[in-house]
Amino acid sequence: MRPTDVTDPAYYHRVVDCQWACPAHTNVPEYIRQIAQGLFTEAYLTNRESNVFPGILGRTCDRPCEPACRRTRIDEKPVAICRLKRVAADHRDDVTGMLPTAPAVKNGKRIACVGAGPASLALANDLVPIGYDVTIFEKLPRPGGLMRTNIPSFRLPASVLDEEIDYILGMGVDLRCNTPVDSMESLLREGYDAIFVGSGAPRGKDLDIPGRHDSDRILIGIDFLESVHFGHITEIESRVLIIGVGNTAMDCCRTVKRIGATDVKVMARRGRQHFKASPWELEDAEEELVEIVENHSPKRFVIEDGILTGMEFDVVEWYDDNGRQKSRTLETVTIPCDAVILAIGQDNAFPWIERDIGIEFGDWDMPVVDRTTFQCTLPGVFFGGDSAWGPDNIIWAVEHAHQAAISIHLHCAGASLTDRPPQGMNLLSEKMGLHQWSYSNAYSHAVRAKMVHVDLEQRFRDLGVEVELGFDPAQTAAEVQRCLNCDVQTHFTAELCIECDACIDICPVDCLTITHAGNEAELRGRLTAPTIHPEQPLYVSAGLPQTARVMVKDEDVCVHCGLCAERCPTAAWDMRRFELLQPYAGKPAGSSKYPPLPLLR
Amino acid sequence: MTTSIPKPRIHHPSLERNSIGLTRRDYEGSMSTLCAGCGHDSVTAAIIRAFWELSIPPHRVAKLSGIGCSSKTPTYFLREAHGFNSVHGRMPSIATGAGAANRDLIMIGISGDGDSLSIGLGQFCHAMRRGVRMLYVLENNGVYGLTKGQFSASADVGTKAKRGEVNRNEPIDPVLLALSLGATFVARSFSGDREQLVPILKAGLAHRGFAFIDVISPCVTFNDHEGSTKSYRFTRDHMREVIAADFTDGAVRDGGLDGAGNGHAIHADPGDETPAESPDLVPIRTEITAAYAPGSVHEIRMHDGSTVRLRKIDENFESTDRDAVYAYVRERQRAGEIPTGLLYMEPEALDMHAMEGTVARPLVDLAFESLCPGAGKLDALMEEFR
Ligand SMILES: Cc1cc2nc3c(=O)[nH]c(=O)nc-3n(C[C@H](O)[C@H](O)[C@H](O)COP(=O)(O)OP(=O)(O)OC[C@H]3O[C@@H](n4cnc5c(N)ncnc54)[C@H](O)[C@@H]3O)c2cc1C
Ligand SMILES: Cc1ncc(C[n+]2csc(CCOP(=O)(O)OP(=O)(O)O)c2C)c(N)n1
Ligand code: SF4
Ligand code: SF4
Ligand code: SF4
Ligand SMILES: [Mg+2]
Repeated sequence: MRPTDVTDPAYYHRVVDCQWACPAHTNVPEYIRQIAQGLFTEAYLTNRESNVFPGILGRTCDRPCEPACRRTRIDEKPVAICRLKRVAADHRDDVTGMLPTAPAVKNGKRIACVGAGPASLALANDLVPIGYDVTIFEKLPRPGGLMRTNIPSFRLPASVLDEEIDYILGMGVDLRCNTPVDSMESLLREGYDAIFVGSGAPRGKDLDIPGRHDSDRILIGIDFLESVHFGHITEIESRVLIIGVGNTAMDCCRTVKRIGATDVKVMARRGRQHFKASPWELEDAEEELVEIVENHSPKRFVIEDGILTGMEFDVVEWYDDNGRQKSRTLETVTIPCDAVILAIGQDNAFPWIERDIGIEFGDWDMPVVDRTTFQCTLPGVFFGGDSAWGPDNIIWAVEHAHQAAISIHLHCAGASLTDRPPQGMNLLSEKMGLHQWSYSNAYSHAVRAKMVHVDLEQRFRDLGVEVELGFDPAQTAAEVQRCLNCDVQTHFTAELCIECDACIDICPVDCLTITHAGNEAELRGRLTAPTIHPEQPLYVSAGLPQTARVMVKDEDVCVHCGLCAERCPTAAWDMRRFELLQPYAGKPAGSSKYPPLPLLR
Repeated sequence: MTTSIPKPRIHHPSLERNSIGLTRRDYEGSMSTLCAGCGHDSVTAAIIRAFWELSIPPHRVAKLSGIGCSSKTPTYFLREAHGFNSVHGRMPSIATGAGAANRDLIMIGISGDGDSLSIGLGQFCHAMRRGVRMLYVLENNGVYGLTKGQFSASADVGTKAKRGEVNRNEPIDPVLLALSLGATFVARSFSGDREQLVPILKAGLAHRGFAFIDVISPCVTFNDHEGSTKSYRFTRDHMREVIAADFTDGAVRDGGLDGAGNGHAIHADPGDETPAESPDLVPIRTEITAAYAPGSVHEIRMHDGSTVRLRKIDENFESTDRDAVYAYVRERQRAGEIPTGLLYMEPEALDMHAMEGTVARPLVDLAFESLCPGAGKLDALMEEFR
């Protein structure tokens, strides 16, 4: 193996697994340290820089960072990254004066967005401060997209949503509610410099089995949630079946519990390990006494005298047929009910985009969109969020918007969209004294803090009662110390090493090896402790001065305790804080998105 | 913002357990307070590994030492073992007494070149000639580390101190000394060569007698500079492994020490059985001193059933007898080399207990009446001499 190039930002970034897994690459360890110091406002702004909606995401994010969190490699549960984000949002000071604003002189470019969901809002957040005029057309009366109409307020209070959306609108966005875009062709004629489609995946999937159209008590999940949001539905019968076990199903079952249903069953075709809903959403639903029924495949609706009385299911068993899962029916059962909600997925729909204007549609009637530039086949028209490749989540919508904003900025400057601004990095020693580091390097044995919930009776009383209370100060103080500071990198200077083995012996998790050079397979075969995650790259140094052997580090289980650097007599190992510098539209990596912060404390 | 933290009690998920269910981490001690990069810490790590690999229950072990940085290190391994930090240079006497009182103890002595070759030279010599059954590790850095780096008795002529003074006194070479005093297990190694050191430590623990290892162990603070002959670089540039040792444990793990601590230690007699998987083992009474060709492998069966496999690397190395080894080591050292390896071993040596004909049971286990038969018995004995 050749010596590792640690000047490539991707190398050390790869070691900060939470940040690597976050679509927007939020600097998690940095904001956790800020929370630890009580710098909630700074922690909020660190988040906002990359993920735009810290308060919203601190309650609703899909948290791809948590399964990736390195803490799980030596402890049972990941750091509660998402709930700590909420701590920052809940305890921040007023940040209105610290946010970017539109410049006095605009750049003269006009951008139109279709839909006011998180994708379009995040796009505006990036483009308005660098001089663009952004107009958002929204068919509904209020902005927010599915965040507003579908995520129930017991998970995401309207006040949190409004506040963070208003930060963006307050920069000077031309938002036109109740203004559906009916024709892309006419929008194109209005002469915008670029168009961003952030219209989401607005159509709930249907289930065409016998009886489907014989009752009006069979509802589509996302439409149902939207109707509840707008107050068109305020009550429901007592026995309700939810078909499907994804995140929409979870919101539906918990919502019906609050508007009159008492006997609620979520019907799943497969076993628990295949459920799409996040484990924590399943837990929350079960806490609310929703029954989750596995291995029931819907067969037909039972309608008697025009009234829905139940639903028939095949009870199935799954088996492996040459690597493919197949089912066999064990019996057929009828489960009585008064209403059914179908929550089996969403489709995209673009009835308003004409098919002869240069926007090519491909498989599943989806527009053909470039994965890097987010541009479709008609130059100047970009897609992002759920509209680009189907339903996903808020944080992906935000990241799509960041990338589309960069593309739009390049497009308006007449530059090549593939000439994308590179990432950068900072690397700064954390050494303060002989055994002092400017981060808390001691390992905390604390277990993950458990979120406290409002009691059942109180939460069913009103749709708007937020269920999660947020961490209390003691929980926060313990949880922040669980973070291993994976961005504080073990940085090696080969010329300084005298091969005394001190670092090898002190490392509690056997990360380090000094051995003869070789190819990756050979080196992995000679590690102090065997490789567990081969996808995590090895660090390999240049030849060491005395024996020409190499220092090898398996980054996988490093706990960033800094003991290697503490025991190294020559400071060949040093603990250096890595900061990933991301480019944004009009802001090359390293330039701040925000006006200089006033010294807060 | 912390000051130095202890090594956290977490570990790599794959951390192995030995046959008595302990991990390597269970053989550690408290955090070292030596200078970062000290060779002694590496020796400590090698000792931890050797004990772990041999599955020796820590509570069966006595750690003995004198005074010096090296002598501090027993605190840093086997936290559950017995320990005695003696007066400067007097560890051999303490070890002799401990071994006399409890022959079942597995004794490891840690000393320095100052502790053993200056103030404690006499004690060191006598422990060797008595054949106290112990592993004696001399962590040799050429200086008195603890007292800030004065030349010790092992400093070579011409070596430079950190401030530039040059040593003029002839060194005492502990390996040559051990050979001339009849030590039955003599080795030299280097703290920076764990692959060599660990098997030698294991063989030393299995040896029924006084097992001596001189470990060059650089003092990173006072003797690791240009011009020193005990620095990391100088040692790496001049050491030459002349005979490689490999250790395969047999009885130590399988029969000897069984977690419960009631086994008969490392010196349990395996009888005349030769383990089936190694039919070509050298029978127990074969002379170790037989000459063999370079590159050829020579296996020696230890008393506990383990095997030491010696591989000659330098064809001129003649381990035929003590004198030949002595001459060889002296000659290579004159030529500027540091010969290392398990240089000399007599598996059939008699240890102190054999020589003195002591009872088979450890004295500590004897009933008070048999240890101290009383005035009547003494009078009767005295009567015999009248
Ligand atoms: C029930 C449910 C729960 C969810 N929970 C979570 C969660 O907890 N966490 C999470 O991260 N994600 C969640 N999601 C997914 C998340 O809400 C979406 O991925 C995200 O909102 C997509 O953002 P977007 O901006 O692409 O589109 P959307 O949020 O769908 O916004 C699109 C907007 O465009 C408008 N629009 C559409 N067509 C037109 C048109 N022709 N003219 C004008 N306006 C138009 C729509 O009215 C809408 O306001 C959930 C989704 C559902 C259905
Ligand atoms: C009786 C007595 N004399 C002198 C000393 C001072 N002293 C402490 S350690 C030491 C030398 C230790 O040298 P060495 O054994 O080589 O150990 P190192 O620190 O080099 O490992 C001396 C002279 C003492 N502690 N006790
Ligand atoms: S321990 Fe902290 S820095 Fe490391 S992956 Fe988890 S949250 Fe991120
Ligand atoms: S910081 Fe150093 S000593 Fe600590 S776990 Fe990582 S490699 Fe090991
Ligand atoms: S502690 Fe420092 S000098 Fe010693 S081996 Fe490790 S990196 Fe090299
Ligand atoms: Mg010394």
